[in-house]
Amino acid sequence: MTELAIIRAHSAPDPAAAAPPLVAVEDLRVSFPASGVEAVRGVSLSIAPGECVALVGESGSGKSVTARALIGLAGPGAKVRASAFRVGGGDALTFGPREWRRLRGRFAGLVLQDALVSLDPLRTVGAEITEVLAEHDVVPRQARPERVRSLLEAVGIPDPEVRARQHPHQLSGGLRQRALIASAIAAEPELIIADEPTTALDVTVQAQILRLLADRKAAGTALLMISHDLAVVAAVADRVLVMKEGLVVEEGPARDVLTAPRHDYTRALLAAVPSALQPSTSGPSVSPAPSASAAPSASAVPSASAVPSASAVPSASAVPRRPDRSHGAAPRGPVLAAGGLSVAYGSRRAVDDVSFRLHAGETLGVVGESGSGKTTLARLALGLLAPDAGEVTLRGGPWSGLPERRRRPLRPAVQVIAQNPLDSFDPRHTVDRLVADPLFALPRRRRRERAIELLGRVGLPPELLGRRPRELSGGQRQRVAIARALAFRPEVLICDEPVSALDVSIQAQVLDLLAEIQAEDGTALLFISHDLGVVRHLSDRVLVMKDGRVVEEGDAGEVFHHPRHPYTRELLAAVPRLPE
Amino acid sequence: MTGPPARRRLPALRAPAWLGAPVRRLVSAVAVLWAAATTAYAALLLAPGDTVDILVGDGADTPEIRAQIVAEWGLDRPEAVRYLSYLGRLLHGDLGRSYQLQRDVGEVLAGQVGPTVRLTLAAAAVGVVLALVLAVATAGRSVWPRRIVSAAELVAVSVPQFVIGIVLLFVFSFSLGWFPVSGAADPQALVLPALALGLPVAGVLGQVLREGLERALEQPFAVTARSRGLSERAVVARHALRHALLPAVTLTGWFTGVLLGGAVITEALFGRPGLGRVTMQAVSAKDMPVVMAVVILSAAVYVTISALLDLAYRLIDPRLRSA
Repeated sequence: MTELAIIRAHSAPDPAAAAPPLVAVEDLRVSFPASGVEAVRGVSLSIAPGECVALVGESGSGKSVTARALIGLAGPGAKVRASAFRVGGGDALTFGPREWRRLRGRFAGLVLQDALVSLDPLRTVGAEITEVLAEHDVVPRQARPERVRSLLEAVGIPDPEVRARQHPHQLSGGLRQRALIASAIAAEPELIIADEPTTALDVTVQAQILRLLADRKAAGTALLMISHDLAVVAAVADRVLVMKEGLVVEEGPARDVLTAPRHDYTRALLAAVPSALQPSTSGPSVSPAPSASAAPSASAVPSASAVPSASAVPSASAVPRRPDRSHGAAPRGPVLAAGGLSVAYGSRRAVDDVSFRLHAGETLGVVGESGSGKTTLARLALGLLAPDAGEVTLRGGPWSGLPERRRRPLRPAVQVIAQNPLDSFDPRHTVDRLVADPLFALPRRRRRERAIELLGRVGLPPELLGRRPRELSGGQRQRVAIARALAFRPEVLICDEPVSALDVSIQAQVLDLLAEIQAEDGTALLFISHDLGVVRHLSDRVLVMKDGRVVEEGDAGEVFHHPRHPYTRELLAAVPRLPE
Repeated sequence: MTGPPARRRLPALRAPAWLGAPVRRLVSAVAVLWAAATTAYAALLLAPGDTVDILVGDGADTPEIRAQIVAEWGLDRPEAVRYLSYLGRLLHGDLGRSYQLQRDVGEVLAGQVGPTVRLTLAAAAVGVVLALVLAVATAGRSVWPRRIVSAAELVAVSVPQFVIGIVLLFVFSFSLGWFPVSGAADPQALVLPALALGLPVAGVLGQVLREGLERALEQPFAVTARSRGLSERAVVARHALRHALLPAVTLTGWFTGVLLGGAVITEALFGRPGLGRVTMQAVSAKDMPVVMAVVILSAAVYVTISALLDLAYRLIDPRLRSA
């Protein structure tokens, strides 16, 4: 393939140019000979003291490998080469394990994505931080407990003495991410490498962690921030490097790159970010124009752009359509409705007095942070969980109250699309089997034809029929999940975080596909997400949930532009924003 | 709080939730022991022939002994009374009497417990230490040592203990003369039996530990640990090993069985005294009271071990403590 041109924006005279950079690498190349993967194919990068540099790109772009190579942790079996490689004042090309170890923790601290697994789950938070203090002999042994306490305090953890004795699973997501940061800064490093530090967090907690990182930067620590989320990067970065397929395709001051991108790929990435504040367009909307540069990953699987785009799907006439419900005898009441739903787990009320009505062809968005009861609500709507109080009705008839024997024949009408199809698919089944399983009533040959039709509707070629879930890309998997749900000709699709595991450009394509299916079939969508932008993009009406209760409900535009409840305002304020 | 959420579940045969974990544990332990005692009793009843004949076995069959059996087992009384008095006897720690040996079973076994405990503990130590050393030395390392050790472990697992024992005897006793051929007189006599019994355990445990270590070393927390400047050895010792121990602890229940079962053969092969040999003699002489007592004793050992394992889990994994 053709090499992608590197576009460098002219940067203003660098105030930190006087001091030597902390890290300076020229033409960094990282390959994994065992698997034949070239993860990084010639990246040049420097980080000045006190500077915040961001590496952005989609999964598989090589951003994490690049960052880890800077502290000699590119991974087992990685082959790292560079024409020049200076780290912490030394020539990294000559470093052995001992030299790397002296730099790690002391010169640069690493913060990974999810502290639940990035801190050792079997050890206390205090032990993890003490480990850094001991390894680099930062303070004498007897002073270490006090230092742990002050570090936890410095990252904003209340009751530091108590927290130090607890294990990661006993802390909330935000607190444990703070604890992870405390362990990364324990030896007062000059550089923090933060690899997707807020990706596992709720939006309000994300805002707090970003503020904490910005504080560290203000205190003089340099920051290398890796993220797939351009808006997150916009909040803290001085300079941005956009990576794609192991190369930097664009580089420059954050403002310039994010407001006036020069490379098509950067533009496509920016265009694909669904915004919580901009109204969704009714047209082809968020998908970036299908261009060769929008190919999302370097994986061996044919990328989504090689697949006919959703708009090239056979038109409605080629696909047998369900009878148009608008001409049916049924009155135009809600397809799915819930009144006064409550469910308690032990003493905790997961869902508390929730009501909603969902009409054919309509999308009801449900937003809320983790633990707000969104997924419990989905399980109630699916009839997988019986409410303690209240009722769900389907087409005006009973649904949640039915015994399972009588609910089963009705189940095809309500289908689900889950966040991670890898978990919800049998890994040994082929796509053919996954999609065709619901069609057991059809004769074998007809079943295959129908499976091909369904794949066509979700923009996948028939060649994928023989593949297994692991051999598909993330976007392809989610399309297969949609095809499987469509096999039942459902009236209601419950989408529980259907795009949260996907890169932005793929996310946009899947959202478009859902909108298109809805327009063609008149399917009602119950769309659950923690991502306000995604919900804003697709929803007609929105429920905002907090601690199991609906705190605000209304027309999507109304809720996002004139939020009435303080919590909705807080959520919207916490959403990281791209510069205008 | 309204109704308990558990009401939708199918009624299951288990202790109610208000009983704490330790109480539930105790209840299930007692249930297992009761089941073992009852199974042994059922075997006695279901065996073909007259119960008195079975209890006499191959021993001297005199009218005095027969009368003694009828009296002690309550064979002249109703079934239910017999069964209950059998359970009552066990509750008092009375394992009955061997009519062949004309001794109390408890007394017969007590004299044999020591050598068997020494043998199984030594074998367990061989298994655990060898497995730990080999797994730590080869986990995530270069291909060749890993392959060789892995192959050796496979051999250790698949070769029966008595074959290992015979090979050890040939090499180290008959040819080299380093260790005694049989007996349990001096500590040296323990070496070969412990190896024969412990090597298969080391094989399985080594595989499981290495796999656990390698999985743990790929986890994000291991990357974090390395990013603090820890050496690979420290990452293994302080972080990965504890994670790798969890699946290995699960296996402890299994290898208790291997050690107890293996002790029968190993003790016979090396001419050692012990429970294994007593069991073998009792089985071949059809000394039913002794066999029944061994069944109940093994169940007791299992129950104790699995209770200890539960405790060990909680010690290793703090996530289970709050759950």
